[in-house]
Amino acid sequence: MSTILTNVSKSYDSDKTVLNDVTAEIQTGEFFVIVGPSGCGKSTLLRMIAGLTSISEGEIHIDGQLVNDLPPKDRNLTMVFQSYALFPFLSVWDNVAFGLKARKSTSQSEIEERVNEALKMVNLEELKDRKPRELSGGQRQRVALARAVASDAKICLMDEPLSNLDAQLRIKMRQEIYALQRKLGLTLIYVTHDQVEAMTMADHIMVLHDSQVQQIGTPTEIYKHPANEFVASFFGVPPINLLPATKINDQTIKVNDDFEMSINQQVPESEFQVGIRPNELMLEKVDELTANATVKSVEFLGDEKIVYAKMAHNDLEIAAIVASDAEFKAYDTILVSATEKVLLFNHEGVNITQMEAVVNA
Amino acid sequence: MTQIDERAALKKFLNYLLLIVLAIIILAPFFIGIWTSFLPTMDIAKGNLFSTNISFDNYVAAFTKTPILRYLLNTLVISTITMIAQLIFCSMSAYAFVFLKFKYRKTIFTLFLITMMLPFEAEIIPNFATVKQMGLLDNYAVLIVPFLTSAFGTFMLRQSFMQTPIELKEASDIEGLNHFQFYWNIVLPYNKISMITLGAYSFLGSWNQYLWPMLTTFSNNSRMIQNGLKQLQSEETFNDWGMIQASAAIIVIPTIIVLFIGQHYFKSGMNEGAVK
Repeated sequence: MSTILTNVSKSYDSDKTVLNDVTAEIQTGEFFVIVGPSGCGKSTLLRMIAGLTSISEGEIHIDGQLVNDLPPKDRNLTMVFQSYALFPFLSVWDNVAFGLKARKSTSQSEIEERVNEALKMVNLEELKDRKPRELSGGQRQRVALARAVASDAKICLMDEPLSNLDAQLRIKMRQEIYALQRKLGLTLIYVTHDQVEAMTMADHIMVLHDSQVQQIGTPTEIYKHPANEFVASFFGVPPINLLPATKINDQTIKVNDDFEMSINQQVPESEFQVGIRPNELMLEKVDELTANATVKSVEFLGDEKIVYAKMAHNDLEIAAIVASDAEFKAYDTILVSATEKVLLFNHEGVNITQMEAVVNA
Repeated sequence: MTQIDERAALKKFLNYLLLIVLAIIILAPFFIGIWTSFLPTMDIAKGNLFSTNISFDNYVAAFTKTPILRYLLNTLVISTITMIAQLIFCSMSAYAFVFLKFKYRKTIFTLFLITMMLPFEAEIIPNFATVKQMGLLDNYAVLIVPFLTSAFGTFMLRQSFMQTPIELKEASDIEGLNHFQFYWNIVLPYNKISMITLGAYSFLGSWNQYLWPMLTTFSNNSRMIQNGLKQLQSEETFNDWGMIQASAAIIVIPTIIVLFIGQHYFKSGMNEGAVK
């Protein structure tokens, strides 16, 4: 009873591959987020699951049934579009009822019950006679959600449903979608380019990049044990600092020729990349002679500050999170060092950090 | 400051002056026409346009002494059928060109466009020969069948249908609507304004036909109104201009009604809220 993707690929014409060899299992009732930068093929993958786009290679099974050639309506799913896809000439109520009426399998009284229930769930009862054009962006979004809620389909697909909303509304809707998913026990497959949405809502995240699956895992796994440099830098604000490093001995490495740090694991290679999260960097104000970096700018965020600094070598920039009472200003000379909680990547960008080392740290 | 205000006021004054002059030039013949339709022919003939002998006599005469009612009925039936047929057939073919994928779609559409570029007058001789062969002359059919569909209508609706957000199609696919349901329940209501535009256009086009009905109809049973109006001029021994003017006014009224109804719908923003 789950959605299984096996070696799914999509290519237009012969040369342009949009998705390459995607394999995943989406459990029933879970919140599954497909995340990646624009153009990575995530919407295409969702449309392939929905049946709106044909599958070039591979197989998709839903509840044990091969659905490759099944039209969308027979896959028993609903979809919420980025642009909502409301029917402008229908009232809110009729928009929500549209799918149920089209399927004809539900009786009139049941349609009414379901639609009213769905509208109640998204707090739109009072607006049920309005037309979409008389609604605000957030309310239109709710109508689209209500449509998915009213349907009896157990799988719901969402294609960047929040990207047209302003920041505050987005946080609110995020919580509402999450609450709805839990309440209804929906299998929700959610596409977004926003790593925060992915981290906050998902049970499992699939990271897509360059038409390939980079990693599938829980938010914690993805953040703590990213499979490669791309995944590491995609999650976290500000993004992880990636710096070149060389091995000095088994316990010590030299980062970017600027500072040495000890690490509690064996490093298999002599030259590699080290990834340090902004909150694992330590900054200290020093005089010019001992400094290894210069502050470029400081952002005040309330209970913390982000310091952007330029390293002495290789023109590299770093971002560090410090306490909000730390006194840094532009052009200060500073000494940068790091805690032992770092990630190591080989020259191909693959994570070579030893698992237990991170867990224990 | 005041200087600028004066200038702006002067500019506004000149703008309005120009608009008023243009409006008078354009509307004057129309109002003179309506006005003369209330005057006795004798006054018109004398050029006495400011006569005060106004009455509805001309209108009564037009309805009682001429077959104008018959012409009106003919034209109304033909125009309405033409309009409905064009709305159905043009929207269906436009739907096919936009939402169905088939071989040679572009080629066939180009053929459609080519027929649009050929003026109707250029096709009139072969068309006449065809309808004559089919024995349709002097019949409603000859005025309807050639105009059941139009390349222009297909072209116009195709452009409009292409603006229909693809998400609406996808959402309908997921709900399991077939092509006809999608066409009827979504595409037509979504493109209501274009449909009304085409409806008004084809109705008026049919209403104002002159050349084709002149060639193909010979009796009052099928004659259309514009030809009927021309007929009034030669049928009378002397031209009863007052009555002809009244008939012309009667003919114009339905077209004005169509335009007013149409205008009511040409409000923008009808489709706001579908996407985004």
